[in-house]
Amino acid sequence: MKVIVDMDVCKDHGQCVFAAPEVFQINEDGHLVYVAEPDESLRDAVEEAADVCPLQAITIED
Amino acid sequence: MRTTRRVVIAGASMGGLRAAERLRAAGFTGEIVAIGDEPHLPYNRPPLSKEALATEVTHDALAFRLRPAVADVTWRLGVRVVGADLDARAVWLGDGAELTCDGLVIATGMRPRRLPGPAAGRHVVRTLEDARDLRAELRPGVNVLVVGAGFIGCEVAATARTLGASVTVVAPEDAPMRRPLGYELGTALRRRHEERGVTFLLGRTIAAFLGEIGEMGENRVTGAALSDGTRLDADVVVEAVGSVANTEWLDGNGLDLSDGVLCDGALRVEGRHGVVAVGDIARFPNPRYDGVPRRVEHWSIPTDTAKHAALTLLADLGLGEGIATPFAPLPTFWSDQYELRLQSFGAPALGESDIRVLEGDLGGEVVVGYHRDGELVGVVLIGMPSAAARYRAALLNRTPLAA
Ligand SMILES: Cc1cc2nc3c(=O)[nH]c(=O)nc-3n(C[C@H](O)[C@H](O)[C@H](O)COP(=O)(O)OP(=O)(O)OC[C@H]3O[C@@H](n4cnc5c(N)ncnc54)[C@H](O)[C@@H]3O)c2cc1C
Ligand code: SF4
Repeated sequence: MKVIVDMDVCKDHGQCVFAAPEVFQINEDGHLVYVAEPDESLRDAVEEAADVCPLQAITIED
Repeated sequence: MRTTRRVVIAGASMGGLRAAERLRAAGFTGEIVAIGDEPHLPYNRPPLSKEALATEVTHDALAFRLRPAVADVTWRLGVRVVGADLDARAVWLGDGAELTCDGLVIATGMRPRRLPGPAAGRHVVRTLEDARDLRAELRPGVNVLVVGAGFIGCEVAATARTLGASVTVVAPEDAPMRRPLGYELGTALRRRHEERGVTFLLGRTIAAFLGEIGEMGENRVTGAALSDGTRLDADVVVEAVGSVANTEWLDGNGLDLSDGVLCDGALRVEGRHGVVAVGDIARFPNPRYDGVPRRVEHWSIPTDTAKHAALTLLADLGLGEGIATPFAPLPTFWSDQYELRLQSFGAPALGESDIRVLEGDLGGEVVVGYHRDGELVGVVLIGMPSAAARYRAALLNRTPLAA
């Protein structure tokens, strides 16, 4: 599974972090960092993260 | 005779979409028909008062992703549901069609409350078309009057000011965003707006809009008379004075529609087997706080309610076990004004009488805590994004904050 966050759209809301903390994190500077190719077992959490992103900045490829 | 089971979803926006997704995720294989009076597939509303209003407003940019699981949902768009007979499990559409179903999801949301007066130049912000119409009038130098100082009013004020308009906000409260945030934080945010050149006329309401007949024969707004006798010029008026639930189509079914649709703790419409409500329109009790049913107009609520409502509906249809845990969402809200990010978790309004600054200071980045009987019930952050997870966890698990 490939995760792409459109960083021009992302506004560091951090909602994705609550849904999938294994994949998304807000760093010390308050910016989003994420795992681009998380394990397949995290798919549900990543789907949830994509749903709850207020800017709909997260896309999941295959 | 229909042979497959059918669920009708009234309202094709975020709540409707999430309900369809959740029905499929819970294993419902029957037919799903979503009916929406807007001509568009579901799209995201929050940007309409923020970045979309400042740049351009296209459906493409705002549309929700349609998961493969909902590819076979029938969307009947641009059609209004005009009535329903819940006993007969039938809904009637504006084009004359009647649709029967086994289960019904109520997801018709809210519409802006309107004030009376001349039509041209007066705006609300709820739909893509609303935002598009307003944007066309927001040019540098125009006089914008924003009526209402809630979140949407304040966001529109910030966006209009950023676009170079001259902005005045009129509202009856003594501070913007008064009810959700309390006086101190509301006043601190008022100062941020004033530093950008927004004028607030608080403690006042609109007595009447003033107008004149424009070039095209339209009755165009030119200003307003306020309750204290002040007269204001305005080229553009934006009304953000609250919303009204779209429940008229449910009249005559004996439901409690006094404020949205009254639901039980499983999102089932009170006393109605096989009928659930989701999103802004659902009035449900939250055992996290008390037994009082409330509507919650937060973006997180369509997703949260749909998850549980879908399970309830399928259980009523004999297709599942229902919800395993009581529905007790942690309300989550955000707002963007200028470069300020406001995030709210929990229920600040319930802890209004005991407000404490937990971190930072009201003039800059700050975390404000709202307490009831000494217990933290809500947190609002201005900035400080990396602190959000910690406070949210404290509210979610009801653990005291580490000193
Ligand atoms: C401008 C704006 C900014 C916002 N900003 C934020 C924010 O920053 N943060 C936040 O947390 N929340 C925000 N919100 C709130 C959030 O967008 C809503 O809570 C959410 O859209 C609710 O979704 P819903 O599906 O319940 O209702 P809606 O999105 O209102 O959907 C209801 C749908 O049903 C349709 N409908 C109504 N009656 C009928 C009928 N009789 N027949 C057929 N269709 C019908 C409507 O046209 C609409 O498409 C904002 C809302 C707006 C309008
Ligand atoms: S929720 Fe969306 S906007 Fe927020 S940090 Fe995650 S990707 Fe960015």
